[in-house]
Amino acid sequence: MTQLSYRAAFALIVKRDLRIAFRHRDDIINPLLFFIIVVTLFPLGVGPESTMLSRIAPGIIWVAALLSTLLSLDRLFKSDHADGSLEQMLLSPHPIFILVLAKIVAHWLLTGLPLILIAPLLAVLLHLQESSYIALMLTLLLGTPILSLLGAIGVALTVGIKKGGVLLSLLVLPLYIPVLIFATSAIDTAGMNLPYNGQLAIIAAIFFASLTLAPFAVSAALKVSTN
Amino acid sequence: MSNLNIENKATSTNNNSLLSAHNLTCIREERVLFEDLNLSIFPGDILQIEGPNGAGKTSLMRILAGLSQPYDGDIQFQGKSITDQRELFHQNLLYLGHLPGVKDELTAQENLAFNLALHGLDTSTAESTLTEVNLLGFEDALASHLSAGQHRRIALSRLWQSQAKIWILDEPFTAIDKLGVEKLEQLFLQHADNGGCVILTTHQDLSLPAERVKKVSLAYRFY
Repeated sequence: MTQLSYRAAFALIVKRDLRIAFRHRDDIINPLLFFIIVVTLFPLGVGPESTMLSRIAPGIIWVAALLSTLLSLDRLFKSDHADGSLEQMLLSPHPIFILVLAKIVAHWLLTGLPLILIAPLLAVLLHLQESSYIALMLTLLLGTPILSLLGAIGVALTVGIKKGGVLLSLLVLPLYIPVLIFATSAIDTAGMNLPYNGQLAIIAAIFFASLTLAPFAVSAALKVSTN
Repeated sequence: MSNLNIENKATSTNNNSLLSAHNLTCIREERVLFEDLNLSIFPGDILQIEGPNGAGKTSLMRILAGLSQPYDGDIQFQGKSITDQRELFHQNLLYLGHLPGVKDELTAQENLAFNLALHGLDTSTAESTLTEVNLLGFEDALASHLSAGQHRRIALSRLWQSQAKIWILDEPFTAIDKLGVEKLEQLFLQHADNGGCVILTTHQDLSLPAERVKKVSLAYRFY
């Protein structure tokens, strides 16, 4: 029996999850569409004044990104739990955190990355200040992986519960709030042409903390959920 | 309905045993399913766990596979606790539960190839393995287009490639036709003859020689 390396096991899961998602495109398109709809409705709702819109743009983009991630979280473990493939993964001869990290990376590639790609386009609609674009991209780049990582903990805890949707939001949203606060603050500060390194550093710190700790928390939560 | 103590051979601490359970107690919904259960499984054993619905067969299987934690007691693989050697134990374990673990979005062949690759096995033989379970011609069909029995066959096809010593199979014959059941039984016998062991639950009568099959009966307990 040849032993798979950690990297091969990681790649195997990422590839499988991407393939499944591309066969089931709704899962990719729905959260993205939600994001686009929420952001484009705001100028219609609050009026097209550019000063007003550019003032609230960071908040709108980040809140929409946060909610659209929340919408897509269920996919992370639900269907694998329902058809028994989660059990099989837990019983595979690999450390669980490798498998969990692979699933989270696949989730981010399918939800976080499209948001980052479309966000600058939507920022134009909201008259985001020119000096804020780089800050917007950097906060999304560091922030959306945090949303996937922290969300995974919530999903892993609620995956065994039949109607865990509300519980999931209650568990996960408080954890998202620091990211939201520092990300919008960074974009606002950039809009005033002031340095925003501080906020970015805090988001980066949260990112690395959740990148290293979340997979272990998810592994433990999955063991409890399948018990 | 007293406590169950099943000792297949001399002592449960015998290091020749592949898998052994010591003083297992399982409590579900405030009901004791079994208490102080001792069990040793040796190479060559085919163990059938019997009992009425709700007696705790699936719970026992999941505890033996390390998926559930017992209320009390521990499981040992080759004389050492499975929690201390998780990866080695999982290399030697093939568990199939009620759920087949087959993804609807993948084809039969992709499903099997993923399962083989996850356990570090050669995936190039996936196609020929599917012919063993009569899925020839369905390799490239999405699992969502296949029947329940065919799903189960995809899951079971792993058995033909498995190098794991311990097979824990929960109701493997569900939705499988008579011919398929016969083929599986022969495979179990072959696996046991090669030094492996099979632990299974089924409500069907096995057509294997009676002296080869060891039975454990779990009684339904009301308290």
